[in-house]
Amino acid sequence: MQNVLFLAHTEPDGTLAKAALEALGTAANVAAGLGGSLVAGLIGENVKAAAGQIGGCGAARFLGVAGPDFAQSRYGSDAAAAEAICRAANAEVVMAAGTSRFSRVLPGVAQRLGGRADTHVTGVSASNGGLAAARWFYRQRMEGVFQRNQRPWFLLLDPGSQPAWQGSGGSATVEPVAVTLTEAHRRTSVVGQRAPAADAQTIRPDAALLFVAGAGWTKKQADGQAHVQEAEKLILDFLRLTRASLGSTKSLVDLGGEGQAVLSFLTHLNQVGQTGSTPRHPKGLAACCHGEEPHTVGWRFINERRAINLDPNCGWARGKADVLYVADAFAVMAKVNALLAAKP
Amino acid sequence: MMEGMSGYHIVVCGSIVPDPLQTLEPVAGPALKNEAMLPAVLDPWASHALYEAAHLAKQAAGSKVWLVSLGPKARLQQVMMTVAQKVPFELVALDGPAGGFTDAAETAAALAEAVQAIAGLDRAKLLLFGGWESASRGAGVTLQLVGERLGILDQFQGVDELKVNGDGSLEILERIEGGKHQVSRCAGPPAVLGWATGNLPEPKNNPQIGMANMRGVMPALQKARPVKLPGDGLSFTSVTLPKQLRETRIVKDKSPDEIAREIVQWITQ
Repeated sequence: MQNVLFLAHTEPDGTLAKAALEALGTAANVAAGLGGSLVAGLIGENVKAAAGQIGGCGAARFLGVAGPDFAQSRYGSDAAAAEAICRAANAEVVMAAGTSRFSRVLPGVAQRLGGRADTHVTGVSASNGGLAAARWFYRQRMEGVFQRNQRPWFLLLDPGSQPAWQGSGGSATVEPVAVTLTEAHRRTSVVGQRAPAADAQTIRPDAALLFVAGAGWTKKQADGQAHVQEAEKLILDFLRLTRASLGSTKSLVDLGGEGQAVLSFLTHLNQVGQTGSTPRHPKGLAACCHGEEPHTVGWRFINERRAINLDPNCGWARGKADVLYVADAFAVMAKVNALLAAKP
Repeated sequence: MMEGMSGYHIVVCGSIVPDPLQTLEPVAGPALKNEAMLPAVLDPWASHALYEAAHLAKQAAGSKVWLVSLGPKARLQQVMMTVAQKVPFELVALDGPAGGFTDAAETAAALAEAVQAIAGLDRAKLLLFGGWESASRGAGVTLQLVGERLGILDQFQGVDELKVNGDGSLEILERIEGGKHQVSRCAGPPAVLGWATGNLPEPKNNPQIGMANMRGVMPALQKARPVKLPGDGLSFTSVTLPKQLRETRIVKDKSPDEIAREIVQWITQ
């Protein structure tokens, strides 16, 4: 019988985030598919609330590493905690959300335990004792399904790729797992977070809509002039009215390095595509974006996609979007903003 | 120039990937169709790591940069002709596969062994750099595994900024959820930093740097140790291109007003 460990870290309020619940749902299915036992492992300053949140998940054991040292997202202490839980659980399969915290630390824990780790996992299937995982290769350009013989096998699931566990909470007795930290584990301290300016927008996974701004916004328009300031106002007004995530194509981010006009609020954090992110949102609207397959991976995981472009054969949109509006984005977005502003 | 620094030993791990603009098609193996013929570049995020390494080395007297690269020797040579013109470094080459379907754990083992064999490397000054993911395998695990093999407990991923404080501590910005950065302070080397984009533009080609680098690059390639990555315990059931091609409705004849109404209705429904 294979032990399947669901591993999670708490959020600052002590609860588990949606990404963790997605991993729990998948872990429970995998445990059932393998005929194995589900164990829950929790790391955080205090894990009682999180254990209660998933008390009804069917885990045979709840293991916890708690304390002020484990509130921080820090490699040294996180690795020690995760290693201790994995050993206590005698886990052969470890499933966790691919958060920044766990993506940093769990591969190293797999190394300590003689196992393997795979990140960006988008699908897992388990049956007859066999386990297979799916993930993308070459920056979301091809998808592979694979198996591994090594155990423990750590699978970090891409947030948003799995349905979240929907069960009810309940009482759960957490078995504390002892972890001794030395000064070597505390050479790093987290001193804070830096957020973008309040009026700036980046890729936010919780947004319902992704707006992708392409290089066309900074190019010369029909009057022979570039209208960068007007473009900035249109985009920022749209973001303010919709609270959409803002993505940009690589070319637009890189124009600054080439001394060309740029939209001043764009940084590499906005970049989607080959060397940027591939966010998951229910809807995506792209304007003035160009490019073929290597660039279009930026909105591969957007469910409903629409685009505005002057070119009806635009490779970014044709065959990739559900709707392509062949129109001047400046004119359309001005009207869109007016309509949104007039809404009660 | 930073004061009070005795310099860093910065080892950048990075290899080659197909030029991102190339059409990629999987074949049995798995591998890429015509993989040996595809134009290659240094992995984009590893490139950023290399530029950041050179920038830091320039700021801290006594620093040195190594580039440890595992790839087919002939392809590495082609790519180094360009990369060597960007920033000063000493190449440590390993002759082996660099494709997206290799096992990151095996790659990491080879890289760690190569780092440990670098003559004159001071582990107390070591900063292990690399891209946080590659544009081929995109494993996002390789640097952590190398770091573990080297016994480094301070690791950072998705790094966009590194500053050296007056007391020698390192202030590091890592990408986290919600478009934010986590700010951490590390006592100092040794540390692992997996870079995202950073803040530096691609340096212009500098023929003088190129000539100086190439004096070491060619011998490094000639003595590149062959590495086999058998992929023990890893098997692929399938590798496929996304088949989904959307039936795009092309709207050509509507006014901006009509289009705007349709878009707003779609957004708000």
